[in-house]
Amino acid sequence: MKNELPKWADYILLPLINLTIAFMVAGLVVLLVGENPLEAAYILVRGAFGYGGGIAYTLYYATNFIFTGLSVAVAFHCGLFNIGSEGQAYIGGLGVAIAVLALDNFMPWWVIFPLAILSSALFGAAWALIPAWLQAKRGSHIVITTIMFNFIAASIMVYALVEVLKPAGSMAPQTRTFEQAGQIPKLDWLFEIFGSGLQGAPLNLSFFLALIMAFLVWVLIWRTKFGYELRTTGTNPTAAIYAGIPPVRTIVITMLISGALAGMMALNPVMGDQTRVELDFTAGAGFVGIAVALMGRGHPVGIIFAAILFGMLYQGGAELSFDMPNISRDMIIAIQGLVIFFAGALEHVFRPSMIRFFSRFEKPPSEPGREAA
Amino acid sequence: MAKQSSSSPPAIKLSGISKSFGPVQANKDIDLVVEKGSIHGIIGENGAGKSTLMSILYGFYHADSGTIAINGKEMKIPDSQAAIAAGIGMVHQHFMLVDNFTVLENVILGAEGGAILNRGIAKAKTELQRLEDEYSLDVDIDTLIEELPVGLQQRVEILKALFRNADILILDEPTGVLTPAEADHLFRIFRQLRDEGKTIILITHKLREIMAITDSVSVMRRGEMVATRKTSETSVEELAELMVGRRVLLRVDKGEANPGEDKLVVENLTVKDERGVVMVDDVSFSVKAGEIVGIAGVAGNGQSELMAAISGIMRAETGRVLLDGKPIHVTGHADPALLRQRGMAHVPEDRHHMGLVLPFSEKENSILGYQNDETYTSGQFLQMAAIDADARAKIKQYDIRPPNPDLKASSFSGGNQQKIVLSREMERDPVVLLVGQPTRGVDVGAIEFIHKRIIEMRDAGKAVLLVSVELDEIRSLADRTLVMFAGKIVGERGPEASEGELGLLMAGVTDNDGAEARQ
Repeated sequence: MKNELPKWADYILLPLINLTIAFMVAGLVVLLVGENPLEAAYILVRGAFGYGGGIAYTLYYATNFIFTGLSVAVAFHCGLFNIGSEGQAYIGGLGVAIAVLALDNFMPWWVIFPLAILSSALFGAAWALIPAWLQAKRGSHIVITTIMFNFIAASIMVYALVEVLKPAGSMAPQTRTFEQAGQIPKLDWLFEIFGSGLQGAPLNLSFFLALIMAFLVWVLIWRTKFGYELRTTGTNPTAAIYAGIPPVRTIVITMLISGALAGMMALNPVMGDQTRVELDFTAGAGFVGIAVALMGRGHPVGIIFAAILFGMLYQGGAELSFDMPNISRDMIIAIQGLVIFFAGALEHVFRPSMIRFFSRFEKPPSEPGREAA
Repeated sequence: MAKQSSSSPPAIKLSGISKSFGPVQANKDIDLVVEKGSIHGIIGENGAGKSTLMSILYGFYHADSGTIAINGKEMKIPDSQAAIAAGIGMVHQHFMLVDNFTVLENVILGAEGGAILNRGIAKAKTELQRLEDEYSLDVDIDTLIEELPVGLQQRVEILKALFRNADILILDEPTGVLTPAEADHLFRIFRQLRDEGKTIILITHKLREIMAITDSVSVMRRGEMVATRKTSETSVEELAELMVGRRVLLRVDKGEANPGEDKLVVENLTVKDERGVVMVDDVSFSVKAGEIVGIAGVAGNGQSELMAAISGIMRAETGRVLLDGKPIHVTGHADPALLRQRGMAHVPEDRHHMGLVLPFSEKENSILGYQNDETYTSGQFLQMAAIDADARAKIKQYDIRPPNPDLKASSFSGGNQQKIVLSREMERDPVVLLVGQPTRGVDVGAIEFIHKRIIEMRDAGKAVLLVSVELDEIRSLADRTLVMFAGKIVGERGPEASEGELGLLMAGVTDNDGAEARQ
């Protein structure tokens, strides 16, 4: 088939080109505010990878994006565009809060952590269930319903934090601070090996949980019966019905898994960093997950790399706005937006010309006329 | 009849039109002359190139070569706007109407006459009223399209064309969705239009319609225009023969069938499509172990729906199907997976959309439908080694090329793709094998192989139900042939049936009314 790229070009070259264009446009923005783009790029990369603490912060952010990226990717393989990872992660935070607040006074962390994983996954999955069911049974488009459920989740969390979970007498809409047992151990021992501390970065065990989940997602999608059915439904629904794969069941289970993965994202900021549930702790990680999943081509390995890239943008961007006062925090968000725009939304823009470029080398020059057409 | 004098130029003159899609030549050097003020029929089997030719005339496709002259004036038709400007109107087989617009809104769509609607609407109303009165095309112009039955929707399509001052009307299979009474009314409208000096091109595969309504008829076969006749000077038999053609019968070595007991029994099966049109109409037949029953018919006469209902993909309205003596839940939720376990193998007619998942690898496709079978799984996991070994064995046995189970299904040629499906369905030792269009888009070498395999299945005692629009395929393989027309089985013939005989049945001319149509 002449409408495909070689694998390496699809997985590496194309994302790189998209990224380069994104950074070039971002560079123009930096020029516009009167700063040197090359210097800005240097500060950004140094901020993200130049020292132990920077790397730890980058990986901390990446952890969030791995969870949400996997969440989006699993649904995507089933042909479902889950925009609701944000809301599912947010509600997942409620699951974390319930598990921790109930137990952190008398249980050790290694009991609470697994229970919190379960609870966050359950809450995230539950939040995906209604859109999934509506899509499978009623044909309500999952993009619309999950977007709506993001808003509902936000309102529910405000209510829960202000009216239910806020300790009496406190002015801040957040839960009480968790006890030591309600916190996930940091990974300072890992960084000690390399002779650097975490330097205050909140990188914690949930990073490894994210990596384990990435592996499990790979197993699920490519090595299980259900994964086969999920991909068949997503790739060719008619063939799925021919093969006796029940579409309703497949869609609902896929979305439950997707929601559970999003829900687990809450563990990282809630138990690993803030040690309490705050308003809007997800900070858009669910939406970044969409770009991460697209850029990672739905493959867990690609998602890990894409998540680290976005982690770099978050961490390096923070340093950049600190070092170059002309480049405000909002400017950083604009640059992140450009990357999402080019790597995610415009993912396929350069594909046709790339295919044409590569097909020129594939055929012997004896029949160039047809290939050029 | 309002025939124009022979001196006026023909309404349409096509010369040397050719069009190919990739390697497929849909139209080969076609000449066609349609006289002004006449009803001209174009017949041919599905895939003969009728629709492609009309799409070229209507500006949807561009001919690779050839010229088009309208009313004696040679012109280019780059898009449908140009076709409309030249006075050509088209009524498609599947209507191009906006369901939640009213009749009036649909008619003026694209011809609103300015940014402010009011004036256009007022003008359209009077004009529509005139058209409706003149051609007895009664339909309430303020009704929503979705509230109209299909027969009336078609009238709206015709009104749309007339509103745009069409002098030449092209209708693609207009009676496919109509009841006989509605069809009669439509024909009356056609005659009236013709008498007003309009030119009508009727695309159909129904010979009776051609005989009943047209003034002249052109026959297409495999992309070529094989003949043009005055309707009064031809007969159903001649047209059927021209349409089907005298093909060299592919010789397949096969011995006598040894039919055993009934393995597949279909009783009074009725299936409606999503529009509610009856596609399979009270069909009953049975297939015995060790025999091949062929279902012949022009595509679109209910064969696809019949197969879909038997295999559990589509729900039937009424009827009963027995597989190996035990009923299948055809009117409820027949589970294709369960049917496979009970021994029903199904080679679907549309391998690209149903039989294969093209972006999946060959070996992944080799378990489609059997993904829960314990040969390929352990617990919830796929046994990749077992799947790989199994795929390799089938590749060898069926000579699938290239012999690489990791290659995407889309990278294989049509014949090899079909072998992937066949090997998957045949090697499961089924009781009943359903085969739809086994050699469509398959190269000659593979055809022979596929035919041999189907006969081997028969000789191994399987009950084979074969659906094909290729008459010679049915004739060379089937031990019994059932002919489907308009959802019904209109005849059953043995292997000795002649091509002409089957061709007539396929065109809906049964033994009783053949004489009638000839008059």
